[in-house]
Amino acid sequence: MSYEAVIGLEIHVELDTASKIFCGCPTTFGADPNTNVCPICMGMPGTLPVLNEEVVKLAIKAGVAIDCDIRLTNKTDRKNYFYPDLPKAYQISQFDMPICENGHVKFDVAGVEKTVGITRIHIEEDPGKMIHTDDGVSLVDYNRSGVALIEIVTEPDIRSAEEALAFLKTVKSILQYSGISDCRMEQGSLRCDANISIRDFGQDILNTKVEIKNLNSFKEVGKALQKEYKRQSDLHRFDEAHKIKQETRRWDAAKGRTLTMRTKEDAHDYRFFPEPDLPPIILEKAQVEAAIHTLPELPDAKRVRFHDAYELSSQEVEVLIAEKFIADYFEQVVEYGAAPKKAANWVIVEGLRLLKSVEQEEIPVKPSHLAKLIELVEEDTVSVTAAKEVFEALVKHDEDPIDLIEKMGLRQNSSADALGEIVDSVLSAHPKALDDYHSGRPESVGFLMGQVMKATKGQANPRMAKELLLQRLGACAPEA
Amino acid sequence: MDLKGLRIKDMQSGLAEGKFTSVELLEAVYKRIESADGEVGAFLSLAKESALESAKESDARRAKGESAGSLDGIPVAIKDNICMKGVTATCASKMLEDFYPPYDATVVKKLKKAGAVIVGKTNMDEFAMGSSTENSYYKKTKNPWDLSKVPGGSSGGAAASVAAGMVPISFGSDTGGSIRQPAAFCGAVGLKPTYGRVSRYGLIAFGSSLDQIGPIAPTVEEVALAFEVVTGMDRYDATSIHSSLQDDFMDFVKSGASGLRVAIPEEYLGAGLDEEIKESVLSTAETLKKLGATVEYVSLPLEDAALSAYYVVASAEASSNLARFDGVRYGYRTEEFDTTDELMIKSRSEGFGEEVKRRIMIGTYALSSGYYDAYYKKAMQYRKSMEAAFDKIFESYDLVLSPASPVLPFGIGEKTDDPLAMYLADVYTVNINMAGLPALAMPCGISKAGLPIGLQFIGRKLEEATILKAAYGLEQALELPKTALEKEGA
Repeated sequence: MSYEAVIGLEIHVELDTASKIFCGCPTTFGADPNTNVCPICMGMPGTLPVLNEEVVKLAIKAGVAIDCDIRLTNKTDRKNYFYPDLPKAYQISQFDMPICENGHVKFDVAGVEKTVGITRIHIEEDPGKMIHTDDGVSLVDYNRSGVALIEIVTEPDIRSAEEALAFLKTVKSILQYSGISDCRMEQGSLRCDANISIRDFGQDILNTKVEIKNLNSFKEVGKALQKEYKRQSDLHRFDEAHKIKQETRRWDAAKGRTLTMRTKEDAHDYRFFPEPDLPPIILEKAQVEAAIHTLPELPDAKRVRFHDAYELSSQEVEVLIAEKFIADYFEQVVEYGAAPKKAANWVIVEGLRLLKSVEQEEIPVKPSHLAKLIELVEEDTVSVTAAKEVFEALVKHDEDPIDLIEKMGLRQNSSADALGEIVDSVLSAHPKALDDYHSGRPESVGFLMGQVMKATKGQANPRMAKELLLQRLGACAPEA
Repeated sequence: MDLKGLRIKDMQSGLAEGKFTSVELLEAVYKRIESADGEVGAFLSLAKESALESAKESDARRAKGESAGSLDGIPVAIKDNICMKGVTATCASKMLEDFYPPYDATVVKKLKKAGAVIVGKTNMDEFAMGSSTENSYYKKTKNPWDLSKVPGGSSGGAAASVAAGMVPISFGSDTGGSIRQPAAFCGAVGLKPTYGRVSRYGLIAFGSSLDQIGPIAPTVEEVALAFEVVTGMDRYDATSIHSSLQDDFMDFVKSGASGLRVAIPEEYLGAGLDEEIKESVLSTAETLKKLGATVEYVSLPLEDAALSAYYVVASAEASSNLARFDGVRYGYRTEEFDTTDELMIKSRSEGFGEEVKRRIMIGTYALSSGYYDAYYKKAMQYRKSMEAAFDKIFESYDLVLSPASPVLPFGIGEKTDDPLAMYLADVYTVNINMAGLPALAMPCGISKAGLPIGLQFIGRKLEEATILKAAYGLEQALELPKTALEKEGA
């Protein structure tokens, strides 16, 4: 017997602002510990928060991108709890009046459209980071303290780990597309907690849910949900459903299982109350309209346009639009004159391959150079194989591809006279192959072609070389 | 040089005419503190080095014919919950014994910019929680009018420093009466500005939605001068109000009480009010009439709920504001601990005093899940109705007049065992913070026992000038001693 999973996600997203949410400190990742700090984000006595307007703008943008209602009057609240990484011992967040509510995200799971409701999006500050050393000392780095976040809370609309992943990928690309966040999970700028319960199919009830924390990558989200689904299913199956407690479980990625972190009994009472240091956030309709206008084309719209305008396959479109910077790169290559189909092929195969090797979110070759390279292949100036070599070389050498081709000696030999001479000399050097051909072994053409390519150091235009070779073979055929 | 009877304008002219220098004035202040503070206990720390530096700079400016502003070279004191770089800000708590703030409060910046010489930091009830300054971890401050009496609180050190003739201006903070009640107890003038009129940046928070910094001084004019320097919008305080004072502010303040419409809430003269205070307030009303003001009695119910609502809001906010004192980053840290929880629990248990712990407990309870609606939410609703009640009165009147405290300065140790009796001392002042209004306390008489009696003027939001105008007119008419040094037989 199998059960239906009921899953809701809470996603913390670091907003792409230059300074923190309540002070002017920079948000750069990877700075030395406790250097991006000031009395305000250190929660020094007497300091006060002042809301960064950019945070509100980005939160509205996120709300608009995820089809939410924007609450024109919203407010901040204090969430009180003690932890060394929380310098004020309260986190400024939003409790009962979040900035965005009632949104939804549409996405595709194995060819079927799925919609997940978004309960709310609220703004809040990030705490610092605890570092536990091997010798039992705990250190705190407050660089992250006060970095602006939005928390996106979904309705319990997700029914499987697969759906959760597809949803997360969609949300990630929407946020990246809108310039709201870079969503780098490895840098902690996108974090996810999951709530899961199970029930019999066809039921409409919500059973006791378990919250899973410490999900550091999409892969781990998938694994943890599957594992927790299995754990709960097994308990149900053996009539031990009562053992599913409302609790928070920690995902142990190394051991591949969830472990009890805290139970309902020791759940925090956060003692929320309105933040007295900040006035309510009162928005103008114009601010929401501005967000709508500045919102770039989102993946959904792009998918349709790429299909229609470029006549690409669904598969190609999906790969191209998965990341905004890839889609943008592709379109730039096309703008520089490359045929869309060729451009797509190059970006998907060669571009993404390069991307893997450089580990950065930018294809390290100028789109104009790739467009030119594609043109040179079309013109038979360079062979496809050689062009791939040139493409890689362009990473280190930012020059006109044609110059690079010359320097690398990869210009394709397309002169019929010159190639003809080479073909002739190959034929006279390999009389046995010629005989073989005439004795009914056409595969010797391959061997001869190889010799031609070898003699030209790979620069022969293969189509032309083959034509010339077959022409010569036909001409010197023995009289029947 | 003798500081007795020396007003700021005398100091200004003395400095301008070269009768004395800022450095000499500062030396006189420290001499006075040295001779009197052993008994009074107004100061927790002195900032001698930086003060001398400021005084020298002031003299240098004056020598060049320059001036930094209206307080150039004038010695002032600040309460020990206001942050100043390089000087401890203890909040009179063991918790912050060694805490040196890494920055200046906006008020401190403004004072420095105006040329003021900050001489030191005054005693208070721990974290501003109390009405007698007996909750200080370090020492008890005594009332300069009668050393067996409390100076009031929580800005007791500030009021005593003024009443003892040590400094002409002392800045305090007022969350539920902490400027006005000690000013009244010490026969001084104390102003709690409109919420948002003076930046709270750098004031170690007690009740964030109630706290305001304000001046205490011997006279209304000096209070007005000090207020003028520290008021103004501050981009570091999101609750500060964008509004400047009128250009003829000081002239307006001195233009007399004639024509002002004053309301006295009958309920504020009811049960629990000391007879001598009542008589004094009523006779002051007659004086106001003689000055050309109209005085009428109105009804403004003083519900029992007022005090409860205040203590819920103030304690709730305090429970959150004081949570950061956990022994992790600064302040008191317990000697021995095994876990982070133990570090925090022990540091807080050992670092905070009884009254602070009581308020943290009250506040934590009031915000707890399941109790929020019954306490905090209800208190906030009451707050709105309080504001509306005052608004209604201000439709017909310019000012509300009431006693500042229901009782005269009481004996040291007299109420320390009865927190509720202590809380009742705030009955006339807490509503004003709840409504965010400006109010001023000033002396209106001397009791038979020779203790100051104080009254309170309450005004419309942002109308400090009107309050000061009435107070100035009244002060001129009453001719009471300005400090304990000037009292009869002193």
